[in-house]
Amino acid sequence: MNSSVIVFPGSNCDRDIAVALEKMQFKNKMVWHKDTTLPKSDLIVIPGGFSYGDYLRSGAIAGKSLIVSEIIKAANSGCLILGICNGFQILTETGLLKGTLLRNKNLKFINKDVNIKVINNETKFTSKYNLNQILKINIAHNEGNYFTKESHLEELNKENLIAFKYCDEKGVVNDRSNPNGALENIAGIFNAKKNILGMMPHPERMVDEMISNTDGVNLFSSLLNK
Amino acid sequence: MRITNKIIEKHGLKLEEFENIKKLMKRDPNLLELGIFSAMWNEHCSYKSSRIHLKKLPTKGKQVIQGPGENAGVIDIGDNDAIVFKIESHNHPSYIEPYQGAATGVGGILRDVFTMGARPIALLNSIHFGSPSHPKTKSLLNGVVSGIGGYGNCIGIPTVAGETKFNETYNENILVNAMAVGHAKKDKIFYSRAKGINKSVVYVGSKTGRDGIHGASMASAEFDENSEDKKPTVQVGDPFTEKLLLEACLELMKDDSIIAIQDMGAAGLTSSSVEMASKGSLGIELNLEKVPCREENMTPYEMMLSESQERMLIILEDGKEEHARKIFNKWDLDFVVIGKTTNTKNLTLKFHNKLVGEIQIDALATKAPVYKRKWVRKKIKKSKLDIKKIRDIKFEDALIKVLSSPNHSNKSWVTNQYDQMVMGDTVQRSGSDAAIVRIHNKDKAIAVTVDSSANYCKSQPKIGGKQIVCENWRNLISVGAKPLAITNCLNFGNPENEEIMGEFAECLEGIKEACEFLNYPVVSGNVSFYNGTNKKNIYPTPVIGGVGIINKLLNPISHKLKKDKSLLLLIGKTFGHIEQSCFLKENFSIIDGSPPEINFFNEKNNGEAVLNIINLGLANSVHDVSNGGLIVALSEMAMSSDYGIRIEKPKKIRNPIEYFFGEDQGRYIVEINKDNLIKVEKVLKKNDIYYELIGITQKKYFEIEGLIKLDINDLFKINSRWYNQF
Repeated sequence: MNSSVIVFPGSNCDRDIAVALEKMQFKNKMVWHKDTTLPKSDLIVIPGGFSYGDYLRSGAIAGKSLIVSEIIKAANSGCLILGICNGFQILTETGLLKGTLLRNKNLKFINKDVNIKVINNETKFTSKYNLNQILKINIAHNEGNYFTKESHLEELNKENLIAFKYCDEKGVVNDRSNPNGALENIAGIFNAKKNILGMMPHPERMVDEMISNTDGVNLFSSLLNK
Repeated sequence: MRITNKIIEKHGLKLEEFENIKKLMKRDPNLLELGIFSAMWNEHCSYKSSRIHLKKLPTKGKQVIQGPGENAGVIDIGDNDAIVFKIESHNHPSYIEPYQGAATGVGGILRDVFTMGARPIALLNSIHFGSPSHPKTKSLLNGVVSGIGGYGNCIGIPTVAGETKFNETYNENILVNAMAVGHAKKDKIFYSRAKGINKSVVYVGSKTGRDGIHGASMASAEFDENSEDKKPTVQVGDPFTEKLLLEACLELMKDDSIIAIQDMGAAGLTSSSVEMASKGSLGIELNLEKVPCREENMTPYEMMLSESQERMLIILEDGKEEHARKIFNKWDLDFVVIGKTTNTKNLTLKFHNKLVGEIQIDALATKAPVYKRKWVRKKIKKSKLDIKKIRDIKFEDALIKVLSSPNHSNKSWVTNQYDQMVMGDTVQRSGSDAAIVRIHNKDKAIAVTVDSSANYCKSQPKIGGKQIVCENWRNLISVGAKPLAITNCLNFGNPENEEIMGEFAECLEGIKEACEFLNYPVVSGNVSFYNGTNKKNIYPTPVIGGVGIINKLLNPISHKLKKDKSLLLLIGKTFGHIEQSCFLKENFSIIDGSPPEINFFNEKNNGEAVLNIINLGLANSVHDVSNGGLIVALSEMAMSSDYGIRIEKPKKIRNPIEYFFGEDQGRYIVEINKDNLIKVEKVLKKNDIYYELIGITQKKYFEIEGLIKLDINDLFKINSRWYNQF
């Protein structure tokens, strides 16, 4: 499977995701933001980091860069797109995903391992997980507080477009298990066609037992099995 | 413009220093030249008060590739891998503007590391605040922590370890020390020594603004009630630009285009150009109108003294300009040839073809003043401690008091604001004795830690100096690393005061002896004097940053208890040294007596045996015993794991308070499987090491027979409260 990782100035999880993809046997290429063509890709990843230093608004400037029109074209033709952390923020800025990511409720950067629950496992991104499976995954962000308008929230719930929700170690989804104030504890969402996933937690940080755990592995193996 | 005494004073120079300048120049300097002298001759850049003492530190060893004197120290970790690291202070700016001060402290130390060709792989910090009850402490804590996080998180380098401490001695002068660690190829290290005449001198990075002018002179003076006015001299950090600069520099460093490279840190363009020329015994000529400026009508004086961040000076090989320019343009950074190297041995400054300043490089560098300041040894005060009285305290209350105190509380409120995981190689995060960072794509790792013991250093500076080096060494041993070398950040008060200078000299004696005995050389560092306000000096606070190597990363060791019903061994002898302990400070507000002595032989012998036990795969977990004594070390092991402990009632001890809270040095707790006891005892007996079998691990309870029994969850709650309520 061919993957492409888009590198913006200020991306800083680009190497991490590339390492994870290669470990999972993807044929990966790095794509510079000024490039105007995409290599042949089954999966495009927009990595975490601080593209353009988060200036103006996280993801706002990257959302207007040259390569983005190619990403939108690819998305519309069904290519799989994964945006992690800043990548999720960029996807909302491009309009490929609806809603926005606000400042964390405690107004601080948060880096810790949190529990998330698989809400929909019938997608190309999540098929190798069990429904309601609890994963322990690292988060690292200033703006992870997902917000969207009511009609979209209804759509997310009705069409089963919520990928993951923050929960506690027993799977309870409530305010106490919500690290950043996200609406309904949302940690990741799909677009209507379910070929785009944006998520705040970092699955690429969870593929190596020596470093953390392997709870992120099945996201990548789900993709390989498409 | 005539140079008046007032102008000289404003530049932080003494009148006799000005006389010296005139003698060296054989004429009066103009204002630009005076500014340049003030930038190079201040304490921060010239080390004029500390130099004669620093010279005595051991800096050599088989593992050392580059000792002090370069942008950072470099050590060899085998297989053509090198580790580049340094610690630096940003105390004064952080007190005035905590967020930017701390952020640019991180930015500055990162540049020191990647200037040498290393990709930074870890950040550490040691931050000291005043008393929590001081009105400024809370906002300073918030600002500094978010500033450190703001820079490191954005540039994408994990902040993996550090210490956060509170003591009223820092009420008016906090300490912010940042350490960066990078990985380079041993045969691709870049230095700052210029070579060759007529080589292009290139300015890269951010544009120059009016920020930070005289920053280095500010850091070389005490604070007074007008310190707030100094805000404009604090630089503003831009981690995004630094990320671009980092990637651009590392890209250019892939080939041989660079002759020499130096970051523009304290004293900006002045110190970078002078240092490069001085090391190469060359001259340097700059055409200042070419300097990229952020503001209009900047004068040569402002350009030479600006401390704008994220800038570098590079001397390029002939014919490499276009190649280099392409790389910097790709990263949207300025790239301008602003001058050339010369054979004049002068710093020659031109502005629109007009000569505006000319100074001998030697006058600025090697002929800068060196002071042999007077110093006196600390008078040892006899302890007035009434030991009987303190023994009456209820054991459980005493422990709770220590564990819930600001200095011993769980620090996740701080560390959760730092990205510890980015780059994907953080094997062990904050909260352990030392962090472990894997070398990318390899199965070896480094361990890193920072330590300080200001109370010990205040009471007996020499013992304090020895103790921090040993504690640092012990922390690396505790995670299974072989300690290799250190960097030090020496935070002291006013060196013109002979008692303070005595604290400095004695601390350094202690550091020297410990480093020599442990073969643990100093490869880089920084001195920060004048920490104090209105003649009130801070406690002497040397901070030691250590790096060790784990050659085969199989089962990383931490202080987290691993199994139920395993055995707990205490290695090293417990005498019950209670003076200067946390127990006394937190329970009785007593800071009295001597710090615990260091026995170098036992320190080394015990440490090597523990490392041997770890390497043989016989240890489940290990923790060194330091501040707070045995009981705090045991509770830290329990709180970080799913297990409790059960300690038998110790026999033959004077008193449980001194036994459990005493801070005797050179001790470790090692958790082992019952089946391994014989093998472990064999190692210990062979090396004549004193040890005690003190108890076992158990589920749920933290228990000492007849003294205390607490649920570990309650213990954890006690320990986790303070920051969230502050």
